Amino acid sequence: MTATSTPHVALFVSCLVDLMRPTVGFAAVKLLQDAGCTVDVPQQTCCGQPAYNSGDRDNARKVARGLLQQFQDYDYIIVPSGSCAGMLSHDLVDLFDDGDEAVLAADVAARTQELTSFLVDIMGINGVAASYDGIVTYHDSCSSLRAMQVRDQPRRLLESVNGLTLREAQDHQVCCGFGGTFCVKYPAVSSAMAADKADRLAETGADTVVAGDLGCLMNIAGILKRRRSPIRVRHVAEVLAGMTDTPAIGDGRPT
Amino acid sequence: MERSARAFTHNAHKALADDVLQDNLVKLKGNFLVRRERARDSLPEFDVLRDEAKAIKDHTLAHLDLYLEAFEAQVTATGGQVHWARDAAEARAIVLEICRAEGARTVTKGKSMIAEEIALNPYLEAHGIEPVETDLGEYIIQLANEPPSHIIAPAIHKNRQQVAELFADNHAHLDGRLLDDIDDMLADARKVLRERFLKADIGITGANFMVAETGQTIIVTNEGNGDLTQLLPRVHIALASIEKAVPSLEDVTTILRVLARSATGQEMASYTTFSAGGRRDGETDGPEAFHVVIVDNGRSAMLGSEVQDMLRCIRCGCCLNACPVYGKLGGHVYGTTYSGPMGSVLSPSLFGIDEMHHLPNASTLCGRCEDVCPMRIPIPRMLRYWRERETERGLAPSTARWGLNLWSAFASRPTLYRRLMRIGVGVLGRLGRRHGGFANLPLAGGWTRAREMPAPEGQTFQDRWQRGERP
Ligand code: SF4
Repeated sequence: MTATSTPHVALFVSCLVDLMRPTVGFAAVKLLQDAGCTVDVPQQTCCGQPAYNSGDRDNARKVARGLLQQFQDYDYIIVPSGSCAGMLSHDLVDLFDDGDEAVLAADVAARTQELTSFLVDIMGINGVAASYDGIVTYHDSCSSLRAMQVRDQPRRLLESVNGLTLREAQDHQVCCGFGGTFCVKYPAVSSAMAADKADRLAETGADTVVAGDLGCLMNIAGILKRRRSPIRVRHVAEVLAGMTDTPAIGDGRPT
Repeated sequence: MERSARAFTHNAHKALADDVLQDNLVKLKGNFLVRRERARDSLPEFDVLRDEAKAIKDHTLAHLDLYLEAFEAQVTATGGQVHWARDAAEARAIVLEICRAEGARTVTKGKSMIAEEIALNPYLEAHGIEPVETDLGEYIIQLANEPPSHIIAPAIHKNRQQVAELFADNHAHLDGRLLDDIDDMLADARKVLRERFLKADIGITGANFMVAETGQTIIVTNEGNGDLTQLLPRVHIALASIEKAVPSLEDVTTILRVLARSATGQEMASYTTFSAGGRRDGETDGPEAFHVVIVDNGRSAMLGSEVQDMLRCIRCGCCLNACPVYGKLGGHVYGTTYSGPMGSVLSPSLFGIDEMHHLPNASTLCGRCEDVCPMRIPIPRMLRYWRERETERGLAPSTARWGLNLWSAFASRPTLYRRLMRIGVGVLGRLGRRHGGFANLPLAGGWTRAREMPAPEGQTFQDRWQRGERP
């Protein structure tokens, strides 16, 4: 696949971004436009992952079907979430056995990219023109890391941010305990894993933790806030796009 | 062992509240995985070896009947005897029959997961035969009357103090004295076990491999106890499940190279012992008789199914060490012989999803298990497979099923979805604006016990976008 210089991309707004954190969607649009892309936001709801990972293929298929129709005709489908990107590029094909839908699914899969790896690996972007004054630690969300091979790309972009110091946390590649429905089915285990994660993050002395998945970020923000930790939580796209004047995830508005 | 997988949630809460266990688990995490990474990094062709090992096992599983028959023929030719057991009951009965025929009173045992699986020890005890575990970890948990909590380190959940107490209570010569030095404990265990070795009539071991080409069984250990178990007594019984077959010695060497590195981070385990047949004329040591009991117990049903890949497992334990859920809870919570990610696929395959339905769900699907597995077993895919069977059989909690149906009804109708979400998000956004999160939310009680629920910003992205807002 070769990139045209001005690819026409569709932004897949994950349901969590849509509902919880629109800022991330706008940050993604800005980053893509700055990289020279034309961005569309097709009508959409969800990638179907909640059902798929719960073992409910029928409902997953039902939801994914709409997606197949909406996301044709784009050079790329860009996702500001490793886990939804993983769903679109690996699991969608598994939902449709054969026929037209299977062809469409394979096509969507082939053109899906996680946001930061798209910017670095395909658009050849090595830096962004944003500033952020602070020490930042990056949490590798499991699907970004393992399903989408995202590891150096966000770090490289973060390092280019003016005033930003990147500091690695121990166990940065270990799950935060969110796991979609896992945190609902086994909240105590999930909380205990999140508590470990919060300890590791605090050890870094960072004032901000960023990641590429809203699920992990909400989990991490939730435990940090309960601990009254001063660490701020943001999606990596917000920092890269310089859109950090909104309250951080889980923070109240100044009154 | 007594299975308690149905009580997973209860077990998990107990494990989380057990401070000593939590301490012990932290040590486990620091140990194995770090050593595994070092061992991997020092072997550039590690990933190539993994592919080869996987290919060997896939080939073997595709022709398993042939390799098992070849193995049997070779064992017979070298003076041994093969017994076939369809299930746990048959396997136990075969072992007992051999014990009776030999007039055995005491058997020593090397570590064997299949013996745990078929609950051999209580059965032998009930029939007047005393089984003595000789692997130090197995011995410790035998004293504690507990099942193993890890496939390669059965007593990993116990600390030094707890072991000292077990020895003080069970070793008469200590007179209740607590040993605090690890070397002293080892020496003490060795002394006790040595007497047992000499007393034993039969030695029972597991088998890491059955080599079809030569009719040998192979065990891999770090203590040498396996050697003594199979060499000293008059009779050696090797217990192996059907998937342990491997075509040739050449194949075994490939797999051995990834096994030890993945298990303990060693290049090779300290002892790799090959057994072939019994003592022949003119030979001076080794058992007089050699029996191999090949156990199916549900595995042949896995062949050709969606969970066949699980049969490649070589029980290195690496996925347990990598799993954040196992690392938080330990092995006992799984309530079956096999714990952690591999167990969460294997246990439902062997014992049925009805009884084991918690296990495939007790994972975040983070994928670290597949990442480290030397046999490249797609564990998350198979966990999801079992979740699907759970859904099909209506075993999933009805609230979850209702929730998903409702969700998909909306999520497959974009316009309706948008309208509804606009309202919900608007309300929650207004409520949570000041504080930024919810300390308590109805329906999210589990979540908010230890965490806040971050509040949404207040409008959906799609609404703002439709209204023409741009960055
Ligand atoms: S599943 Fe893989 S990592 Fe886990 S015990 Fe088996 S071989 Fe080892």
